[in-house]
Amino acid sequence: MAVTEEIRPNADALLHAAPPRRPANLGQILRWTLLFLGGIAMVMPIAYMISTSLKWPHEVYNLQLIPDEPHLENYTYVLEDGRFYGWFINSIVIAVVTTVSNVLFDSLVGYTLCKFRFPGRYIVFIAILSTLMIPTEMLVIPWYLMSQQLGWLDTYWGIMFPGLMTAFGTFLMKQFFETVPDDFIEAARIDGLNELQIWWTVAMPLVKPALAALAIFVFLGNWTAFIWPLIVTNSVEMYTLPVGLSSFGDEADVAWELIMTGAAISTIPTLVVFLIFQRYIIQGVVMAGLKG
Amino acid sequence: MYRNLTIKQKQIVWAWAFLALPVLFYSVIRFYPTGNAMLISFQDWNLLGTRTWTGLDNYTTLLSDPVFWQVFRNTFIYLLLGTPVSLVVAFGIAYHLDKVRFMHGFLRMLYFLPFMTSAVAMAWVWRWFYQPVPVGLFNNALASIGIPQINFLNSTTNALPAILAPAVWAGLGFQVIIFMAGLRAIPRSYYEAARIDGVSTWTVLWEITLPLLRPTIVFLVVFSSIGFLRIFDHVFNMTTNNPGGPLNSTKPLVLMIYQTAFSSFDMGYAAAQTVVLFIVLLLVSLFQLWIMRDR
Repeated sequence: MAVTEEIRPNADALLHAAPPRRPANLGQILRWTLLFLGGIAMVMPIAYMISTSLKWPHEVYNLQLIPDEPHLENYTYVLEDGRFYGWFINSIVIAVVTTVSNVLFDSLVGYTLCKFRFPGRYIVFIAILSTLMIPTEMLVIPWYLMSQQLGWLDTYWGIMFPGLMTAFGTFLMKQFFETVPDDFIEAARIDGLNELQIWWTVAMPLVKPALAALAIFVFLGNWTAFIWPLIVTNSVEMYTLPVGLSSFGDEADVAWELIMTGAAISTIPTLVVFLIFQRYIIQGVVMAGLKG
Repeated sequence: MYRNLTIKQKQIVWAWAFLALPVLFYSVIRFYPTGNAMLISFQDWNLLGTRTWTGLDNYTTLLSDPVFWQVFRNTFIYLLLGTPVSLVVAFGIAYHLDKVRFMHGFLRMLYFLPFMTSAVAMAWVWRWFYQPVPVGLFNNALASIGIPQINFLNSTTNALPAILAPAVWAGLGFQVIIFMAGLRAIPRSYYEAARIDGVSTWTVLWEITLPLLRPTIVFLVVFSSIGFLRIFDHVFNMTTNNPGGPLNSTKPLVLMIYQTAFSSFDMGYAAAQTVVLFIVLLLVSLFQLWIMRDR
């Protein structure tokens, strides 16, 4: 069917073209009610996590969602412990640095591959594209050996270096620079801007939505990253939040309200970011999912 | 010297100046390790001793290792249960959510929120849900209505689906959003034409909606399959006391790789397993693209 080629989903369609209003009938009410109940079920694990983090130990095992006497003692206890606070800082530093690096380098490479004509362009393009097929798990052993030889084990750099640039981000940005007209760049050249200035002051502001989408994806990915930080860190002080949370081990002597507090601390920041930037994030997910 | 170059030559200089650091990065952090992993897979090496060349020994050991076949089976169960279930459920939600306007944004938010959570944090929440009485939420709920207890994480049959559930749950919101974007891109004129012709809703779904949604479906099938074949975080964090247990019944390939490399320090054997993972991912993706190609 030739027509399928043309019908590609896009982010703008999701946000603008709402379906025409239908008269409220019984079917429509039933549909809404079921979707609502399903949605409530979807957020139940998150709701129970937050609710338990506000409970006293003796209330933890009852099914009540609203605690009888909600309090923040668990949070002060967990954060005063020091370890959790340290992991939180580690996670923030790593996620922020990686995000900045990806936004700069992925867009620079994407821009270069999109707007420059030079010998070797096609080879670089194919080479970076081909790295998308290699699973991270295949690289962790050589990365570990490399870190061991170069003294990168148990350092911020060791945790971050594999993710400083991504092929996914590069292609996302390359796709979006296609929408920047060559005339703009040509005009800036005639005005006497050098290529670095053109990229930064002319091209980058025109792809801001894509940069936002990329930043959100990279930040979320690094905030929740688990297997590589687990491998590369040894000391408790260097753990990221997920690795630290995972280290709480044995179920037999688990204080569930404290575990839920830890889980909430590592989840709430991303939930808050989502609630504030919901529109951009959903748009970004569609753009990244379909163009990347 | 730079001044004497033509505009075209200046462009070449700039392009390579921009690409210098990234090309170095991709060579050292992506290509060299890929080759290195393949090389190590033909060697015997416990990280401390010398590296000795053993040819295909690691691969033959792997093929005769009963644990590997168990793990291989588990990995495909995650894939064959996870992908269809999550896609069908996500499509159902997206199809109906697309037809709802009242509080549309709020409902969409409810379905999307789990995507923003961290797998490790949520593994703990689900692990708590699955505990026996008096701790676990599910069993407490069952007890309160008088239904016998279910053994979730300590049962060789129930543990795998119990671990898969939070993985499906966390990915659902992403798939719903992508499906909705796909549905919205279908021109309304197709539906209007069908309505004028008096075609039933069911026929519209099978003859118009699903065929036109093909690019979206192909993308989601490949994307989510790769995700389920690489499942690790949920399994590792829900079976911490005995990762991959009970009796290896939940162990996926990535967990086996992790244990071989970083618990047994058998680097050569682990590298051979990563090469197998790479081949499996490649074959499954190619197979799906071939099955779902435009005829």
